Amino acid sequence: MAEETTKHLEVALVAAERVVWEGQAKIVIARTTDGDVGILPGHAPLLGLLQGGTVQVRTVDDEYFVAAAPDGFISVAHDRVSILAENAEMGHDIDLEEAKRALEQAQSTGTDSEDEQEQVRLAEARVRAAEKTS
Amino acid sequence: MPATLRQLRERRASVSTIKKLTRAMELIAASRIVKAQQRAQAAGPYARELTRAVSAVATFSNVDHPLTTENPNPKRAAVLLITSDRGQAGAYSSSVIREGERLNQLLREDEKEIVPFLSGRKGIAYYTFRQREVAQSWSGDSDAPSFTRAREIADALIEAFLTPTEEGGVDEIHIVFTRFVSMLTQRPDVIRLLPLEVVEGEEAPEPDDVLPLYEFEPSAEDVLDGLLPKYVASRIHYCMLQAAASELASRQRAMKSATDNAQDLIERLTREANQARQAQITQEISEIVGGAGALADASAGSE
Repeated sequence: MAEETTKHLEVALVAAERVVWEGQAKIVIARTTDGDVGILPGHAPLLGLLQGGTVQVRTVDDEYFVAAAPDGFISVAHDRVSILAENAEMGHDIDLEEAKRALEQAQSTGTDSEDEQEQVRLAEARVRAAEKTS
Repeated sequence: MPATLRQLRERRASVSTIKKLTRAMELIAASRIVKAQQRAQAAGPYARELTRAVSAVATFSNVDHPLTTENPNPKRAAVLLITSDRGQAGAYSSSVIREGERLNQLLREDEKEIVPFLSGRKGIAYYTFRQREVAQSWSGDSDAPSFTRAREIADALIEAFLTPTEEGGVDEIHIVFTRFVSMLTQRPDVIRLLPLEVVEGEEAPEPDDVLPLYEFEPSAEDVLDGLLPKYVASRIHYCMLQAAASELASRQRAMKSATDNAQDLIERLTREANQARQAQITQEISEIVGGAGALADASAGSE
């Protein structure tokens, strides 16, 4: 795709109680239930559920970061990308060791109930985001 | 003199202690209210984005979802009453409970059975004292509600809503809470949570705006399935944050007037005490003068 220097995406990564990150980006890559989608400026309006819980963003300054967004969803319209997840977190804010421990603990408590599964998914997303960042 | 000097002084001392207490509570409420407002503001973007997305799905697809479908013949209605955990907040809890009673009355007139859900110790106390059945209750963090708590409540309410009426489910869900209008005005309010009426975002689309045609991944139904419960939780969170800010504002105002009243009382008691002291002194002087006069008269007579 031709480089469009004038266009960029307005991205907002929003958690339930705060805005985690807000800024301009060149590309956002998210994994929805149907597979990875890369979103460039000019993307058609889209609403999708996230799976796997990580979102990759390349900002206009060519910075690259990964964020954990377990059980979230993404909405795209008019070059505005909103990623909403109750427990969204930036990858570099997550301590990998601590996240791994949390995952082990979540897995050891069992995966029977929906709550426990959700805990495991949340922990997995955090580990994944932290690993990709480091 | 109705009260002795000592009694008056004791009362004045106890009123000053109360004044110190209420003053401290006023200051605590004042400092927390700033935090509560910030929290309400911080939750704004999430709620806004979520509302925008839900309106998009509702507008650009014709999917029927259980959470938006109205039962043509509603029989049971759940009422979530959001009250405070602690008192000392003026009429805060009683006015929201009164609003709840009004709603209950209205629902009963429509021949609906009421299933109460309660948040906050004050509401729980009100219901248990009257020995009413309560479906479920939560308490412990009325002045700083977390999103996790809102999720918990939302999950319980959605489950009740999705259960068929015959098996103890409900057909509609209302929330009674206190809306934070300003530091001076907090108004009890009722909103219907389910079946969902999606409120459009703040900005209405321009007439000549071409509305975007959305792609849904994986499908409109699945997206709605994922979105609506989150939307419900976000609405409940919003109500709880409003209630928390209102509670703190009411508490601050109630404690401010309590402090002012205590100050008035202290002034009055000080005056009464001074009067009593003066009266005592006057009496003592006149007793001495009278006694001396009587002695002088007696000795003059014996000579």
